[in-house]
Amino acid sequence: MLNRKTAPAITDAVKFHLALPPHEKISLRNGVDVFLVNMGTLDTLMMNVVFYAGNCFEAQNGVAAATNFLLKNGTRNKTAYEINEYFEYYGAYLSRHAGHETAELTLHCLNKHTDALLPVLAELIQDSVLPEEELKIYKKNMQQRLEVNLRKNDFVASRLIDAYLFGEDHPYGRYSSVAGYEALNGEQVKEFYARYYQQGRCMIFVAGLLPDNIAEQIEKNFGGLPFGGSVKPELPDSPILAAGQKKYRILNDPDGVQGAIRIARNFPNRHHPDFQKMLVLNNLFGGFFGSRLMANIREDKGYTYGIHSYLANLIQETELMISTEAGKDVSEATIKEVYLEMSRLCNDPVPEDELQTSRNFMIGTLLGDLDGPFQVAGRWKSLLLNGLTEDYFYEGVEVIKTISAKDLQELANKYLKPEDFYELVVQ
Amino acid sequence: MVHEDHSTPMAVLNVLYDVGARDEDPAQTGFAHLFEHLMFGGSVNIKDFETPLQMAGGENNAFTTNDLTNYYIQLPAENIETAFWLESDRMLSLAFSEKSLDVQRKVVSEEFKEHYINRPYGDVWFKLRELAYKVHPYRWMTIGKELSHIENARLADVKNFFHRHYNPANAILVIAGNIKTEQALALAEKWFGSIPAGEKYIRQLPAEPAQPAARTMEIKADVPLDALYKAYHVGSRTDKGYYAMDLITELLGGGGSSRLFQSLVKEKKLFSNIECYHLGSSDPGLLVIEGKLIRGVRPEAADKAVEEDLEKLNAGKIEEKELTKVKNKTESAILFEDMSLMNRASNLAMYELMGDAEYMNTELQKYKDVTQEEILEAGIRIFDKKNSNTLLYHSNN
Repeated sequence: MLNRKTAPAITDAVKFHLALPPHEKISLRNGVDVFLVNMGTLDTLMMNVVFYAGNCFEAQNGVAAATNFLLKNGTRNKTAYEINEYFEYYGAYLSRHAGHETAELTLHCLNKHTDALLPVLAELIQDSVLPEEELKIYKKNMQQRLEVNLRKNDFVASRLIDAYLFGEDHPYGRYSSVAGYEALNGEQVKEFYARYYQQGRCMIFVAGLLPDNIAEQIEKNFGGLPFGGSVKPELPDSPILAAGQKKYRILNDPDGVQGAIRIARNFPNRHHPDFQKMLVLNNLFGGFFGSRLMANIREDKGYTYGIHSYLANLIQETELMISTEAGKDVSEATIKEVYLEMSRLCNDPVPEDELQTSRNFMIGTLLGDLDGPFQVAGRWKSLLLNGLTEDYFYEGVEVIKTISAKDLQELANKYLKPEDFYELVVQ
Repeated sequence: MVHEDHSTPMAVLNVLYDVGARDEDPAQTGFAHLFEHLMFGGSVNIKDFETPLQMAGGENNAFTTNDLTNYYIQLPAENIETAFWLESDRMLSLAFSEKSLDVQRKVVSEEFKEHYINRPYGDVWFKLRELAYKVHPYRWMTIGKELSHIENARLADVKNFFHRHYNPANAILVIAGNIKTEQALALAEKWFGSIPAGEKYIRQLPAEPAQPAARTMEIKADVPLDALYKAYHVGSRTDKGYYAMDLITELLGGGGSSRLFQSLVKEKKLFSNIECYHLGSSDPGLLVIEGKLIRGVRPEAADKAVEEDLEKLNAGKIEEKELTKVKNKTESAILFEDMSLMNRASNLAMYELMGDAEYMNTELQKYKDVTQEEILEAGIRIFDKKNSNTLLYHSNN
């Protein structure tokens, strides 16, 4: 008779050997570093060109994002339509993204089309003209999109909480406005492009089951571009000015039925010895479906569809964020429960079986997260952008496997103090 | 079904139940989805679903559509038996706890508010479905027609629903990843083999009659911008015209070189964004064109411009190059989707539900075989004015 009451035997995930698959590094003749992650089973490839062209380099709000957006919207030889048609004809996806320190172009394509696609990718990086007409359309469309987003409480809350933690002038706290879009002009964008792309600093990540001649193809198309080398530029000095006031209640949508809740504190970056330990504490607290916050506030009280906590992916300094949308009538009760869960982690050591579950879950998901070339390239990129080596990855694994309940309780008492947190409800 | 892939350290167990929102009582909508939540509230022999799975290093989730409900678990392959144990016990029977029902009613109510009430244009799909469907149960959303249906759900309803739909006769099991077929089949036999097959649920849904005339609806609401939505009836997922119809959505709305984006966002500057997609539903579905208007543009004028572009599509055969473009895009999309083990597992189950898992291997060829003539015929059939449902969403600001 099958025993359905008892769980089958498992291998504790902490016994798994986790390895970060290696990359090969090559340097192009112009000094640009290229990181190749050659693995996978399908003839697909991702190429990620990362420039130091994030919003920390801009003199006016929105210039970095607009420049990045317009990279696909016209070169000396091709209109925006022709560029899009070209990439789409080869079934390729070209996306762009502007962050705080860096801004990127990412190509996903089938290996068989790299010959056709890489020269045009290089053309966008060197020969874009950022047409006035395209900027005009961008401004208008972004203003309209912003107007819609400002009606969403969660959008408003996410912007404001970062502004409280870092200051409205800091690259991490700055946010867009209709007037800000209006003020963008072609000269600023062209200047930014020349300085941070054409003569900028970049690195290139390529991942997939790579064609044999990929290194030559990259050398041929990118090695001759007049970049300013691969040495990381000095990042501008951006002082963090957190707000004095800590508690906020904002009315955004009088007819709304839910409040967007954010509870957050500043937290040191990845170089701080507590950072990787905090990842474990955070996982227990609000990092996954079995976390304390989820178990109490969703699965016991039913106040919300979901509640999460996380350490934001930021470089200079980060934040510990608790984020949820809860019914209007239970928003304050939700906040109370969040602080209650903090105090439980401060007052009582985490039971051994709960800690073991959390360890196994973290290792198991890490194993899944490393499954695939693009994911592995993403890990390497994160390490490099943060000025870390693979040792950091293995230290993190070791922390998950060995951190004690006592360490976690000490950590909770150091970082989960209600008075350190900013608190915001947007209704 | 077993899909071996020894390049990954992981394994996936996927169970698809052949039940969705279309199988609900019109007076108790939202039930299939609410039920999905209850599947995590403990089963007959296992009080807590999540903790043992996390202990085995696994994660899981589920989704419900108007057609089906799908559950998946991914975990290190060494621990795959934990997934069999958990998934088979909740197919055997649930714990049916009042507490779980009470909490999940609230959770789903918050989900309803978060996605459909507390955001601008959140009610569009309630209106659009009711406009386009008069008879078929696609006339309500997966989340339910109204909050009260969820709030009124009783434990007796939950039990009935379980016994009618959640049994081996209505389920497809897929195991994928770093596991040998013999081992997977032995484990399937061990854990699922003794569960009574149950009765196959025979679906008898009223077919939506052909739409006799164009329909238009106007809404005024507190939103920042006017918007336009147009929905056209199209065939089912197994209709032979499916592939041409799918390619048409790419031609019209897929990416920066698509026809509607180039014409209406870039050249005429009537829309700030425009999309074209279809619902991919099992029964005859909808092809949708939607976009937000540039301030100052009248919805009627925007609607007219969309129709002009559709007439242009129907005026003659498209260029071979444009057809090759959308076929190439589809080829890439399929390959990139196949990179994920989880996608492969759930796609196998969905193709099996369609009739044969083998379709997964012949899908790309079916796209490649679409001709210029078939695109023209499909366009003329779909974009018939009589077949259109137009929703003009006015801002009252």
